[in-house]
Amino acid sequence: MTPSKDQILWMYRNMVTSRRFEEIIEEIYMEGKTPAFNMANGPIPGEMHLSNGQEPVAVGVCAHLNADDIVTATHRPHHQAIAKGVNLNKMAAEIFGKSSGFSGGRGGHMHIFDPDVNFACSGIVAQGCGPACGAALSRQMQNKPGVAVSFLGEGAVNQGAFHEAMNLAALWKLPVIFVVEDNAWGISVSKEASTAVPRNDVRAAAYGMPGHFIENNDPYAIFDVAGEAIKRAREGGGPSLIEIETYRLAGHFMGDAEGYRPEGEKEALIEKDPIPAMRARILSDGTASAAELDAIETESQSKVNEAIAFARQSELAADTDALTSVFAA
Amino acid sequence: MSSNGTNERKLTIARAMAESIQQEMQINERVFVMGEDIGELGGVFGNTRGLLEEFGKSRIRDTPISETAFISAAVGAAQDGMRPVVELMFADFFGVCFDAIYNLMAKNIYFSGGGVSVPMVLMTSTGGGYSDGGQHSQCLYGSFAHLPGMKVVSPSNAFDAKGLMTAAMRDDSPVVYMFHKGLQGMGWLGTEAGATVNTPESDYTVEIGKAKVLREGTDVTLVGLAMGVHNALKAADQLAKEDVSAEVIDLVSLVPLDRETIINSVAKTGRLIVVDEDYQSYGVSGEIITTVCEHDISKLKAAPKRVAYPDVPIPFARNMEQFCLPNPDKIVAAYQAMV
Repeated sequence: MTPSKDQILWMYRNMVTSRRFEEIIEEIYMEGKTPAFNMANGPIPGEMHLSNGQEPVAVGVCAHLNADDIVTATHRPHHQAIAKGVNLNKMAAEIFGKSSGFSGGRGGHMHIFDPDVNFACSGIVAQGCGPACGAALSRQMQNKPGVAVSFLGEGAVNQGAFHEAMNLAALWKLPVIFVVEDNAWGISVSKEASTAVPRNDVRAAAYGMPGHFIENNDPYAIFDVAGEAIKRAREGGGPSLIEIETYRLAGHFMGDAEGYRPEGEKEALIEKDPIPAMRARILSDGTASAAELDAIETESQSKVNEAIAFARQSELAADTDALTSVFAA
Repeated sequence: MSSNGTNERKLTIARAMAESIQQEMQINERVFVMGEDIGELGGVFGNTRGLLEEFGKSRIRDTPISETAFISAAVGAAQDGMRPVVELMFADFFGVCFDAIYNLMAKNIYFSGGGVSVPMVLMTSTGGGYSDGGQHSQCLYGSFAHLPGMKVVSPSNAFDAKGLMTAAMRDDSPVVYMFHKGLQGMGWLGTEAGATVNTPESDYTVEIGKAKVLREGTDVTLVGLAMGVHNALKAADQLAKEDVSAEVIDLVSLVPLDRETIINSVAKTGRLIVVDEDYQSYGVSGEIITTVCEHDISKLKAAPKRVAYPDVPIPFARNMEQFCLPNPDKIVAAYQAMV
């Protein structure tokens, strides 16, 4: 599947929005955390898992989804959320723990829920696989359109939850796509040190579903393969597994000293940063002009600025709000 | 509660559960059942018997032995508008899937600030007494009730079993429905006859979060749930022969817990014995006693007591298991030690 100009620019726009969003989050996160780094301090306390470098996965897949489709994402969810079209203001506010966030600050950055676009994420590795199957089952049983995409990391494929869900999805021929973001590291343990096979697409064979591997973090190739898998799922062909080689340009979380990385790895990855690479490709093949891309970047930056301002200006929830929303209203 | 309650028709808990699910599935096409052996077999404990024939394999869905997958799938389906009823065959099996239960099912309403609802029922069997060993006999009431975000109910009889199941399926929050094997009406398990009671044919609900005073009394309050209620009722009969008037409370629901009914009863009787087939420490019995003590300790004429399962894994040998289980004699002895 080849992306149209609109689709290419949509992908570029969402990659840039995600990157600009995380750049600002990264800056604000450090407020109150210097000189001594204490995770509990500052306007954004807690863990912060940045996704910069992994944007091609989110946009290449989500370019084929609409609001009715379901995404279950990971503890590193910003790029996926933005590509799925979540309300950026509410997501920013949630990350700040403000009352105007999706859950009013009860969830935080690992627990972003936007029911309007069927987006959810969670902080437990491989936990989204089952719910994606269930949402897909719901559509299948109701004969309603929609596919579910479960994003997970390459470390998550060694969880039982992943294998149980793969079997269930294949057994019931559910419209689910499992998308493995292979950023090569499970915190500090490399893929090689944790996983018996070099590529996880081969695991699809164990469940009788198609498996694909995409190298080099290439948004065009991701768009192509994901598009075919999603089309297949929509047509009743059942689930697929896609593993994508992507790059984690930052640490596992902010504050990670990344001493486990081989010398030079990070610098080499930054050299391959997918956003400048995509810009160069768009310009070199004449898809769009520099002026068009500049305009997209400006718009992305404004959207991000607006979301951050919204979050900054929002009130914290009342302390006692902690005691509500345990059960459905 | 609504009930036309006019007919005299005794049902086992197993049949009452199946009838509740059947009737709800007839009026709500979003209700479906998933679990191991719930289709062709009708459930190991009989509570889905007959449903496959009426509703077919899509809505009465046998699953692989993959509790994590199908319970978390139920969460995903519930958030997408379905109303799944899933079975964890034995509560003891929670060890392989508790992440799906307490980190996912129980927390997504909170994490979304109420943006999503999780209308699902997790039904699971509890209890021993038939020498099934330490991985097929536990109650684990306290383990589930301790963790916020799930309602937890356990019926002691078929009337409540049907009404609670209907209420659970209509609830927008997750409900853990714990049914005791010894009350189920399956002959091969040995059944407590008192659980098989008159049960209306039409659908009705029993309120989740409301305890029931099954027997009024003035000298001591006996509090229990599920099998514990039957032990308490038998103990009350024995105590009556000694001119002791025991009040018996069926908790029906652990979450929410009807603290008021317990407090009011103890205010009247001044004595409290909690009967619990779950492990003694850190559990239901401690919670009930704390509820009373925190409210007004001056109402107590004697230190409260508990007749609970000792803090040991459940033994296989019949004599050892029976030695550990609560029974009416232990309850009577507890009372006698109070006065």
